[in-house]
Amino acid sequence: MITDAAPIVTARLGVPNSWTLKAYLETGGYEGLRKALTMGPEAVSAEVMTANLLGRGGAGFEVGRKWSMLAKPRPAYLVINGDESEPCTYKDHMLLEADPHQIIEGTLICAFATGAAQAFIFVRGEFALGIERMTAALNEAYAYGAVGHDIFGSGFSVDVVIHPGAGAYICGEETALLESLEGKRGFPRDKPPYFPAVMGLYKKPTIVNNVESVSNLPWIVLNSGEAFKGLGQGRSTGTRIFSLSGHVRQPANFEIEMSKTTFRDLIYDPKLGGGIRNDNQLKAFIPGGASAPWFGPDQLDMGLDQEAVGKAGSMLGSGSVIVMDHTTCMVRAAWRITRFFHRESCGQCTPCREGGGWLDKILHRIETGAGREADLDLLLDICDNIAPGLSWPPQKTTICVLGPSIPSSITSAIRMFRDEFLVHIKEGGCPFA
Amino acid sequence: MAVLLPDGAPAQVETVTITVDGMSIEARKGEMVIAAAERGGVYIPRFCWHPRLRPVGMCRMCLVEIKGPRGFALSPACYVPVADGQEVVTDSPKVKKAQDGVLEFLLINHPLDCPVCDRGGECPLQDQTFAFGPGESRMIEEKRHWEKPIPINPLVALDRERCIQCARCTRFADEVAGDAGIDFVGRADGTEVNTFLTEPFRSNFAGNIVQICPVGALTAAPYRFKARPWDIEVVESTCTFCSVGCRIAVQSSQNVLTRHLGIDSDPVNHGWLCDKGRFGYEGIESDARLTTPLVRGADGSLTEASWTLALQAAADGLRKIIDTSGPGAVAVLGGARLANEDAYAWCKLAKAVLGTDNVDCQLGDGLPAEVVLGLPQATIDETCAAPAILLVGPDLKEELPVLYLRLREAVVDKGVPLVELVPAGSGLTRHATVSLKHRPGEAATVARALAGVMAGARISSDGAGGVPGADIVRAADVLNQEGVVVVLGRPSLAEPASSTVDAAGVLAQALPGVRFLPVLRRANVRGALDMGLAPGVLPGRVALDDGRSWFADGSAWGSVPGARGLDATAILQAAVDHNIHALVLLGADPLSDFPDRGLARRALDAVAFTVAVDTFVNPSVRGADVVLPAAAFAERPGTTTNIEGRVTRLGQKVTAPGTSRADWMVAVELAQRLGSDLGFDSIDSIAAEVERLAPSHAGLTPAVLAAAANRDGLVVPLSRPQAPVEADRPVEEIEVAAAEAQGETLLPEPEPDADAPLEPIAGIRYPKATSADGRPPLLRFVPVAATSPSPPVDAYSLRLVSGRSLYDAGVLVQQSPALAALVPGPCLRAHPHDLGHLGVTTGDQVRVTSSRGSLTLGAIADSSVLRGSAVLAFNQPGPGAADLIDVRQPVTDVRVETVAPGSGHVA
Amino acid sequence: MPRLTPDNVRRCKDLIGLYPQSRSALIPMLHVAQEQDGWLTPEAMEHVGEMLGITPAEVYGTASFYDMLFTTPVGRHLVSVCTNLACLLNGGVELLEHAEASLGIAAGATTDDGEFTLEEVECIAFCGAAPCLAVNWRFFGSVTADAFDNLVDDLRTGRLADEVPPHGTLCRVRRNVGLTAGGPPPATTTTPAPAPATGSAEKRDGA
Ligand SMILES: Cc1cc2nc3c(=O)[nH]c(=O)nc-3n(C[C@H](O)[C@H](O)[C@H](O)COP(=O)(O)O)c2cc1C
Ligand code: SF4
Ligand code: FES
Repeated sequence: MITDAAPIVTARLGVPNSWTLKAYLETGGYEGLRKALTMGPEAVSAEVMTANLLGRGGAGFEVGRKWSMLAKPRPAYLVINGDESEPCTYKDHMLLEADPHQIIEGTLICAFATGAAQAFIFVRGEFALGIERMTAALNEAYAYGAVGHDIFGSGFSVDVVIHPGAGAYICGEETALLESLEGKRGFPRDKPPYFPAVMGLYKKPTIVNNVESVSNLPWIVLNSGEAFKGLGQGRSTGTRIFSLSGHVRQPANFEIEMSKTTFRDLIYDPKLGGGIRNDNQLKAFIPGGASAPWFGPDQLDMGLDQEAVGKAGSMLGSGSVIVMDHTTCMVRAAWRITRFFHRESCGQCTPCREGGGWLDKILHRIETGAGREADLDLLLDICDNIAPGLSWPPQKTTICVLGPSIPSSITSAIRMFRDEFLVHIKEGGCPFA
Repeated sequence: MAVLLPDGAPAQVETVTITVDGMSIEARKGEMVIAAAERGGVYIPRFCWHPRLRPVGMCRMCLVEIKGPRGFALSPACYVPVADGQEVVTDSPKVKKAQDGVLEFLLINHPLDCPVCDRGGECPLQDQTFAFGPGESRMIEEKRHWEKPIPINPLVALDRERCIQCARCTRFADEVAGDAGIDFVGRADGTEVNTFLTEPFRSNFAGNIVQICPVGALTAAPYRFKARPWDIEVVESTCTFCSVGCRIAVQSSQNVLTRHLGIDSDPVNHGWLCDKGRFGYEGIESDARLTTPLVRGADGSLTEASWTLALQAAADGLRKIIDTSGPGAVAVLGGARLANEDAYAWCKLAKAVLGTDNVDCQLGDGLPAEVVLGLPQATIDETCAAPAILLVGPDLKEELPVLYLRLREAVVDKGVPLVELVPAGSGLTRHATVSLKHRPGEAATVARALAGVMAGARISSDGAGGVPGADIVRAADVLNQEGVVVVLGRPSLAEPASSTVDAAGVLAQALPGVRFLPVLRRANVRGALDMGLAPGVLPGRVALDDGRSWFADGSAWGSVPGARGLDATAILQAAVDHNIHALVLLGADPLSDFPDRGLARRALDAVAFTVAVDTFVNPSVRGADVVLPAAAFAERPGTTTNIEGRVTRLGQKVTAPGTSRADWMVAVELAQRLGSDLGFDSIDSIAAEVERLAPSHAGLTPAVLAAAANRDGLVVPLSRPQAPVEADRPVEEIEVAAAEAQGETLLPEPEPDADAPLEPIAGIRYPKATSADGRPPLLRFVPVAATSPSPPVDAYSLRLVSGRSLYDAGVLVQQSPALAALVPGPCLRAHPHDLGHLGVTTGDQVRVTSSRGSLTLGAIADSSVLRGSAVLAFNQPGPGAADLIDVRQPVTDVRVETVAPGSGHVA
Repeated sequence: MPRLTPDNVRRCKDLIGLYPQSRSALIPMLHVAQEQDGWLTPEAMEHVGEMLGITPAEVYGTASFYDMLFTTPVGRHLVSVCTNLACLLNGGVELLEHAEASLGIAAGATTDDGEFTLEEVECIAFCGAAPCLAVNWRFFGSVTADAFDNLVDDLRTGRLADEVPPHGTLCRVRRNVGLTAGGPPPATTTTPAPAPATGSAEKRDGA
C-alpha cells in the first residue's frame, strides 16, 4: 500500500531554484531552527527521541539515542555524513543538490541540541554540483545570520564547514570518515572506543549523522516527534527515501512512509517503480544497497520495515533497492559487487584486503569459463573466514563491516542460484553472454 | 604487584584479573589482552603488534574470543585492553579457524621465496606457517607482483611482494623516530609501503624497520645475503659507538661480525639502535685494521715489529723522557674507546707507574671531569619522568641518537615539557615547549637571566644572549618546579667548555632539586672518567686530593701524582711549549677530534716521542714512533659505562685481527717493562680491584653484573635508587638466544643498599658521600661564580657553531662502506638574511675565514639558524671547522665571502 | 614544476583556518593544488606538506588513497564511466566499451592530445539515469553511444566549457566567510594525552 503521507525531506523537490535561500525561505525554511533555538537543547533532543528517527546512513541507529550517548568532555563535534557511495544509493546526492539549506538547517538543529563546538558536512568529493550548491547555500546562510556568531540573536553560535571528500567509498564508514576529515588515509578505526560519541574527531566526542537523517530535523521540530512517529509503524517511523534502480521502468528516489509500503509497491506501483522493464520477470532484488544480502520474489510483500527486513536476514541499509530481472547473470552481478568491495577495501585488515581480491579472481574465473565445482565451497569458505558463520548482521574477522559485506552477494547468489553457477562451470562460460 | 619506581619508592601497579582459557591471569590495567596473556604463558600469534608501538589491530592474526555484553566475539587481542573479569578464549575451533584463515590470506600473495630470503629461518610468518598453516595454497590464480627489492635508502631495501602491510615500519618511522618518510601508498590490495616518489627514506634510525619487520620485506643492504640465520652465533653486549649504552645482540658467522640487533633494554634503548651502531660493525671488520705492532725504523718509516720489540721500544722511549724531564713530561690522551677495565689499568699505569696526571680521555670536546662526575645525576628514565627537561647541549639526534628517541618519546607521547638552550636548532626543536636559541658562547648569559627571572627579577624585552625576554620568561615558567633535569653537554666545539660549565653552575644553583644527565658522546667516555682518565681525579669519582691517601696506600697503588695535571688542551699547548715531550695516544686522534687542528698539529710535531695504541692508523697515529694494535669492540670482554653511569657487560664475539690485544694487556706489559706489576691477569682481577678501591663502584662485582636480572646493567654508585627491574618485560626472541649463547647463569639479584640520604651543598642536593670504611668521598662539583664575559659581536662576522653529525670523517664510519656513503660532507648553514647580505644562495660556494685559517665550501640558507651565527658540522672529510677554531678564543668569529665558482679549497 | 601560486597559498591558508587541526585541510588543499595543475605535481605536494608541517611522504601516502587525486598527469577531461550494478544492468559496460573505441584508448589511459582520460569507476550515485558517466565530475545520464560521441564533440570544441571546467576544478563557488562563532580552542598538536606504557587504546596519533 502506498500511503498519501506528504513528503518530509523531498517536499521542496519541484520548487524552482529550490537550492537558493530565497526559495527556501518562501517554503518555510529556517523556521525549524528558529523554533529549536527557543525550545532549548533538551527539548529538541526529547522531540527527536520521541520521533524515534532511525539513522538513514545505513546502520539505522536511533538518532536521539546516539545524541544521548555523547560523552561529557568538550569540545564535542558534529559531522554530517554526505559521502554517499554505497552502490545504487543516490538520495543524498539529490538532497545535496536540491535542498542544501535543509541540510544546513538540520545540521544547525543537531549542533544546537548536542552542544557541538563546530560542525562539518563531509560531502562526497565527486558531487561537484552538490559541493557548489552547499557552499553557496552556506554563504547565504552565514549572511542571513543562520550560521556562525549569535545565530538569529539567540546567543547560540556555531560554525559549519563544508568538507569535500576525495573519492573512497570507505570514507562513508563513520570512523574512516573521521580519519579522512583529519587529513589522513581513510582507515576505519578499530574498537574500542566503540562509538565516535565517546571519542571521535580529534579524539573528542563526536556525533556522526547522515545527510538525510538531519534533513528530517526541521520538520520534526516544527511538527513534533509524535507527528513523525505517527508515520510508519513500530520502530520504523516517518518517511524515508528509497533509491530504486536496476531493471525497473522508473528508477528514481521515492520518499514513502516506512513499513506500510511493501517492496512490491515500490517496484510495481505505477506511481513508484512502475514495474519491471519489458514486463520481464523479477529474478532477485537487493533491499538495502550492495552490502545487503539479496531477496527473491517471495519477499516482495514484506514492508519497507527495518526490523522485518532484518529478521529476514538482510537490511534496509542505505535505502537502495536494486532490481534484477530474469535476463541477469547472477554470477556476473555477484562478481561486479565483489569487485567493488575488493577495490574499495581500505587495505588494513588482512581478510578484507586479501580475501576481496581472491574472491574477485575466483568469480571472474567462473564467469569467464574456467570455474571448478570445488570453487563454490572455496568461495563460501573464504567468505566464512571474513564473516564467520555467514550470518547477517555479520560476525567479522575485520575492523569494519566492509569486509564482511563482501560475502553478502556471493553467498546470496550461491544460495539462490547455485544451478546458474554450475551451468557456468559446465559450459565453460556465461550462458547470458 | 610491586614495582620499584625510579624515585625509589615501590609503587603499586593497578591490576585486574582476567581469565584466559580458563586460567586466571593478573593483568596490568591499561595493557592489552595479548600482553597480559603472554605474561600468563599464553602466546597469541601476531604480526602487527609490537610492544613498543601503538597498537593498530590491522593484521588480524591475534583474533581471539573475548566476552562482551553480547557474548563472545572475535576480537583482536592486541587492541582490546584488559578489564576486570574479562573472559578470553584463545583455543576454540572458531579462533583456530579465524587465525588459520588470516594466515592463509597472508600467504596467498606471498612469494614464498624463503630459501633466498634474509629472514628465512627467523621469520615470524614462516614460523606461523609451520606451526599453524595449511600445506598447499588454495589460490590457483596469479599472485600479486611488485618490482623486486627497491632501495628505499642506501641502507634498506624493500620487497613489496613480501610485505604484509602490518604498519610496523611506518609506525616506527612516524611515532618513534619522527621521520615520517615512509607511508602506505595506494589502497586495498594495491597498498604498498613507499617513500615520497623517488626521495630516499631519510632517518638515522632506518635499520630498526628492518629489525621489526615481521617478514623479509625490509632487508639491510650491508646484511643482504651475508649470512643465514642458522649459522649465526650471537652474544649480548652494549653498543659503544656512542655513550647511550644501547643493548645489542652481536652476531657473527665464521668469526666475522655479520649483524647487530637491538635488545629491548627497558631503562635504555627500548630495542632501538641508530644506524651507526647497527651498521658500524663493518668498520671493525675492515681490512685497514691494525694487525701487528709498528715501530719507526732508522729510515723514519713505520715498520712491522714483534710485540716484544715494540713494547720495549715504547717503554724505553717513555723511560728516557721521564728520566730526563720527569713524569710531568709525559701525557696520556684518549681512553674513551676502552672498556672500563682497560681504562682502569691504563689509569693505574699512567698515574701510579708513569707518575703523570697529564691524562685526559677527552680531547677538548667534552666537559671537565668535575662537572660530569660531580653534579647530582639523573638516569634516562628519571629524565623522561622529570617534571620538565632542560637541554643545554648538542643536537642529540646526531650525537646520541637513541637518547634523542627516548627524550622525543617523553616529550611527544608523555607530554614532558622541554626547554632547550642551544646555539642552533636541534632535532628536538620542533617538539620543544620553549626553544631558547642563544648567541654562540652566551649560554651562561641566558642561564643567568633565566635564574634572575625565576628569582623574581624583571627582564627587558631584549632579553639576554640573543634570546628575547619573553622567551626567557616562558622558559622560567616551565622550569620553575622541583626536580627539573638538565641534559648537559657541549653544544658547540667552536667555543670552550667554560661557557657550558658556567651555565651549568648557574642552573645548578637556580633550579630547585635539579639533577643532570651529562651527555658526552664518545663510546665509554663516562667509564674512562669514572676510572680516572682525567686530570685531578682518581678511579671511582674521587678528587685527586681526596683520594691521595687511599690510593697511595701500600695495599692499593702505592703512589699517585703529587699535583693536578693538565687537560687535553693544556697538554697540547705544553707540548708546543716544549714542556711535554712524550705522548701516549690511547685510541685518540687529536688531528681529527681536537677542536683546534692547528694546535694539535703543532703539538704532535713538537713532541719527541709518541706511542699510539689503536685499532687503525688514523691521521694522528701516522706520526707515532710506536704503534700497538688494540682489540676493538666485540673482540674483548669487559664492561662499559653509559652516560647515566650505568655499567653493563660487553660481549666478545670474534677474535681480534692479527696479534691485536686488549688495551689492559698492553698496559700490564708496558708496566712490566717499566719495572712495575699492575697486578692484573684477567678482566675479573681488574674488576675486583675496581670494586675494592673505586668508591663509586663499591659492591659492583662481576657476579652481581652477571645476574640475569641485572643484564640491563646497574647505575653506579649502587647506593643510588636503581631503575625498576621488569623481570617480566617482553623478551624478544633474539634476547633469549643471546643469553643462552653466553651461557648465562641466573644469579640472585643483589640487595640494593639503603637509599642514600640527600645532603644539601651550595643549594644543590647530592647523595650523601659514603665514607664509613675509609673510602674517599665522591666528587662534587661546586660552582664558582660564573665569570664568562659576553664577547662583543662583530657586525661583519658570523659567529661559528660547530657540532657533530652522526656520520663524519671518524675512522669507523669511513671504514664502513654503508655508513661512509651517508657522510653529508662539509657545508655552511646560515640564516637566509645573512647570506642574502652577501649575495649568497643555497648551493653557492663561500670562503670562510677565521683568525686561524680559511676554507671554501658550499652554503645552505637555513632560517632555523640564528641570525649572526653560522653552523658548520665538525669533522667532515677535508678541511673543516677544526681549521677555523682557536681554542684560546671564547668564540669563533668567521668572515664569509662569495667565491667565483670553480675556485677550490684555500686551506 | 609549479608550487602553489600566491593566490592558492592564500586559499590554502584560509582553508587551514577553518579547522581545529591544520592537517584536516590537507584534502581540500590537494583539491586546490589539483585545480591549479590538473593533477598533483611533486612540487605542489611538497608545498602542501610544508604548509601543514607534514612530510611529503605523508602527503603522497594520503593522496594516493583517494581515487580523485592524481599523482600523475591526466587529461583536461576526465571521463568517468560507471559500470557498477545499476549501470551494469543498463548497459554501462557496453558504454565503456564504446567510449574506449570512440576515444581510441583503453580505460585508464589518456588520449595523445591530452584532452581525455578515460576511467572505469564505481557507482557515482546517478543510478536513476543509468548508464551514466561524469566528465570532471559533472554528471551525464542515460548516455547512449550517440550521446557519448556528441558529448565528446562538445567537450572537444569547448561548447560545454561553462558547464564542465577543466579537470581539477571541483567547486567554482568559494566560501566567503571565515569562522565567526568563536569556535573551540585550536587543538594542540604538540602534546597529545599521555599514553599508557603498553600503548594506548587509541589507534593513531590524533595530532
Ligand atoms: C562500509 C560502510 C560505508 C558507509 N557509507 C556510508 C555513507 O556513504 N553515508 C552514510 O551516511 N553512512 C554510511 N555508512 C554508515 C556510517 O558508518 C554511519 O553509521 C552513519 O553515517 C551514521 O549516520 P546515521 O546514524 O544518521 O545513519 C557506512 C558504513 C559502512 C560500514
Ligand atoms: S574490513 Fe576492509 S575496509 Fe574495513 S577496515 Fe578492514 S580492510 Fe578496511
Ligand atoms: S597482532 Fe593484533 S591485529 Fe595484528
